Amino acid sequence: MRVDLTLNGTPTALDVEPRELLLDVLRDTLGLTGAKRSCDVQVCGACTVLVDGSPVSSCTLLAVETDGHDVLTVEGFREQPAFTRIADAFERHAAVQCGFCTTGMVLTIHALLEDGAFTDEASIREELSGNLCRCTGYRAILAAVGDLAGIGEPA
Amino acid sequence: MTIAPERTEQTTASGQVGRSMRRVDAGEKLRGEAQYVGDMIVPGMLHGKVLRSPVAHARIVSIDASEALAMPGVVCVLTGEDFKDQDQFWGHALKDRPIVAAGVVRFVGEPVAAVAAVDEATAEAAVKAIYVEYDELPLVGTVDEALAPDAPLVHTDPTRPGLFHGLGTLPERDGNICYSYELNKGDAAAAFAKADIVVEGTYEFPGIYQYAMETHTVIAQVDSRGITLWATCQHPFLVRAEIAALFGQPLGSVRIIVPYLGGGFGSKSYTKMEPITVALARKARRPVRISNRVDESMATTRRSGAKITMRTAASNDGKLIGRDVKVWFDTGAYADNGPRVTATGADSAPGPYRWEGVHVDAYCVYTNTAPSGSYRAFGASQLQWAGDLQIDEIAHRAGIDPVEIRRMNLLRPGEELRHGGKPMDADLVGDIEKVAAALGWDRPKDPDTGRGVSVGVLAAGAHPVSSAIARMEADGDVYVLVGSTEMGQGQRTAFAQIAGEVLAMPAERVHCEGTDTKFTPYDRSTGASRSTTLAGLAVARAAEEVRKDLLAIAERFWPEPGAPIELRDGAAWCGTERRTYPELIAKRFGLSGGQLVGEADVHPAGTGSYAEGPVFWEICMAAAEVHVDRRTGRVTVLRTATVADVGRAINPQLVERQDEGATMQGIGNALYEEMVFADGRLLNDTLLDYRIPTIADLPVQSACVIVENGDGPGPFGSKGCGEGAFAGIIGALATAVADAGVPVRALPLTPERVWRAMSEQQEEEHR
Repeated sequence: MRVDLTLNGTPTALDVEPRELLLDVLRDTLGLTGAKRSCDVQVCGACTVLVDGSPVSSCTLLAVETDGHDVLTVEGFREQPAFTRIADAFERHAAVQCGFCTTGMVLTIHALLEDGAFTDEASIREELSGNLCRCTGYRAILAAVGDLAGIGEPA
Repeated sequence: MTIAPERTEQTTASGQVGRSMRRVDAGEKLRGEAQYVGDMIVPGMLHGKVLRSPVAHARIVSIDASEALAMPGVVCVLTGEDFKDQDQFWGHALKDRPIVAAGVVRFVGEPVAAVAAVDEATAEAAVKAIYVEYDELPLVGTVDEALAPDAPLVHTDPTRPGLFHGLGTLPERDGNICYSYELNKGDAAAAFAKADIVVEGTYEFPGIYQYAMETHTVIAQVDSRGITLWATCQHPFLVRAEIAALFGQPLGSVRIIVPYLGGGFGSKSYTKMEPITVALARKARRPVRISNRVDESMATTRRSGAKITMRTAASNDGKLIGRDVKVWFDTGAYADNGPRVTATGADSAPGPYRWEGVHVDAYCVYTNTAPSGSYRAFGASQLQWAGDLQIDEIAHRAGIDPVEIRRMNLLRPGEELRHGGKPMDADLVGDIEKVAAALGWDRPKDPDTGRGVSVGVLAAGAHPVSSAIARMEADGDVYVLVGSTEMGQGQRTAFAQIAGEVLAMPAERVHCEGTDTKFTPYDRSTGASRSTTLAGLAVARAAEEVRKDLLAIAERFWPEPGAPIELRDGAAWCGTERRTYPELIAKRFGLSGGQLVGEADVHPAGTGSYAEGPVFWEICMAAAEVHVDRRTGRVTVLRTATVADVGRAINPQLVERQDEGATMQGIGNALYEEMVFADGRLLNDTLLDYRIPTIADLPVQSACVIVENGDGPGPFGSKGCGEGAFAGIIGALATAVADAGVPVRALPLTPERVWRAMSEQQEEEHR
């Protein structure tokens, strides 16, 4: 099936099987391996991409469903100024360990910052609970997002 | 055990060690450029899928793969028939495991066949088109079933030792007990005979899934040059040796390339999916990638559950005098690292106290469940909490505060833990005082809250063999080759700081890549908190060789005898005169180009046996405060504190991150996580049903106290961390929940279990 989407800012036509998941098309067909495969059931957030600016688990989205939509992966996002700010906060707080959750985490945080979803520490805890991280124990991520959202560094 | 030669004092005048420099790998990971095995494509690569057993114990009557083989895009199907001319059994501890099932399956998820096809979807469809007839056998789903008289046997072939068992003389298998370990110190019976207070109990620890977010993934290529693997493995050199032995190849013709790992935590220690991927690639005559899904990784390895019976004896004044422990570890259908978990668990069982007598019997038991191996702080995690619960009960009866009773009884530096082993090498009393202060132990408690503290030790360092090469390029940048695996812990950053310190240059100009066993020198393993301590020491020694070279060249610029030459800020100095490293290198090689190379290793003094171990005792200490909702049984973690007794923090921020990560995994293990088996079948094999902590579960406050006494065997007096806090947090949470008035006998402390325990206690009180 033909799918017309905007991928990382570029109008793109893809020929995909109806059964193909967006994650597989990104990783295997297009070589965009920044989105990671982990839980396969929309729990961990490692495969997060932004569709029309909203975080979506690409492991459970059919590629055909992106027809007519705007998809942003980390490969596109890393060229934007907003990326630099988030990356700097993550580096400063050492909020990256193995890195497997990192790209999905960063894209989710970008979307939620744009939406003004982080109003206090409780909102960070709630909004980011769909992105698992097994390494950091989350405290550094909480601190980095607190900085980015201008709500101070939580304890 | 000690490391030869003895450590020499090193200064940190360069300012590279002890600063929280940014992680060297953060940028590429944030940008999505960091490569993991699953991101790699080898030209001509096929995709492999494994057919796994749907039954826990059965004879394989027949396998019909004809339909699968006829499918377009399918290249080959691997079954037990392919190993008629090969001893296909492997296992680093016990050689008990076939590459694919050899006539018998022993757990749900055991590989029965594998398909190589042009893409994953075709391989998956082909796997479903393989028809296997099973003749089911009686099974043992739990330790109790496995130990019952006349229990069905999981294994009947004679025990064979693996390449790296390190277990001394292996006893013969006793029924389903594949390994046992006994620890005796003093006279336990005499201690119990004279005790005023004896507490006893039976405890259960569940099977746990490590959940490294990246599942086990391997690409194998077999050709006339040998075997090449790109693999998610923590111990590439041990896997290389096992693959070489299994496939009859010289060591050097097996090449293992390890890029970044998406977490390990022990789940990628030793050999896992490598043998089946190699066998499939060999048959397909093309490179093959096998990438596990989560349910497959759960069936590949896990943390063993444990059943513990324990007694502790004390005198009325709170002196701890005796402990008697029996523990059975459920290692599943194949030993994996279960025997080592069993021995390490036994070493951890007494706790670091001044006992008059200790007796521990530890057993490693086969069951028809997924195999169990390493997971962060193994052994200590399963046992420490039970010991802490008993000490608290003694403290309560003797009318002594839980921190105080531990402080009174803790071993002092130099005192013996285990006969013939390394004596206590840390200041435990100082540590417990710090962790109690960090939690606010003496503050008044709110209603329905409980506080707990946990103290233990873990034999750390594994076997002290590591080597490293440091190369200084003509522009002064340094490249470090070391075979230790970066799985998130930050060791590439630590190695850069260690080499930068020795070479008196910014760590930002020291680079460290992943392992390629063809070029990277030998490192035994990445685990047991050993990388900074042992691989780091090899890096320091290799850098020291380059440093000697630089000083020798510098003497040619200032040849006067006794000229005060020193290295500082990436240059040699004599008074106010300065020659940069590139100038020194040009002096040796003339014109441009050339390279200074230093190599060094770390090896054990003495025989190097585990009995002389460990390299150091990792301190497992934490405290916690919880709130228990009496209506629902829900436990909320309010505050935690951990001690990172690291000797010397190479990078303090990364030390804190290790403890924070361990804290959260400890919360998961203590409160949420459990692999639920029924008749050998795992019921919760997705992340929907197997719940790990999210950011919403983060305690209100977590403190990490870094203790730097310079008493470690690693570079600059450092020693490892990252595992101890895990066992400590489990113990601290268990004792805190008990302190809130809940009887604790089994983990995890889910709302249901806590509510039931409280209800049963109330019923008993009303009786």
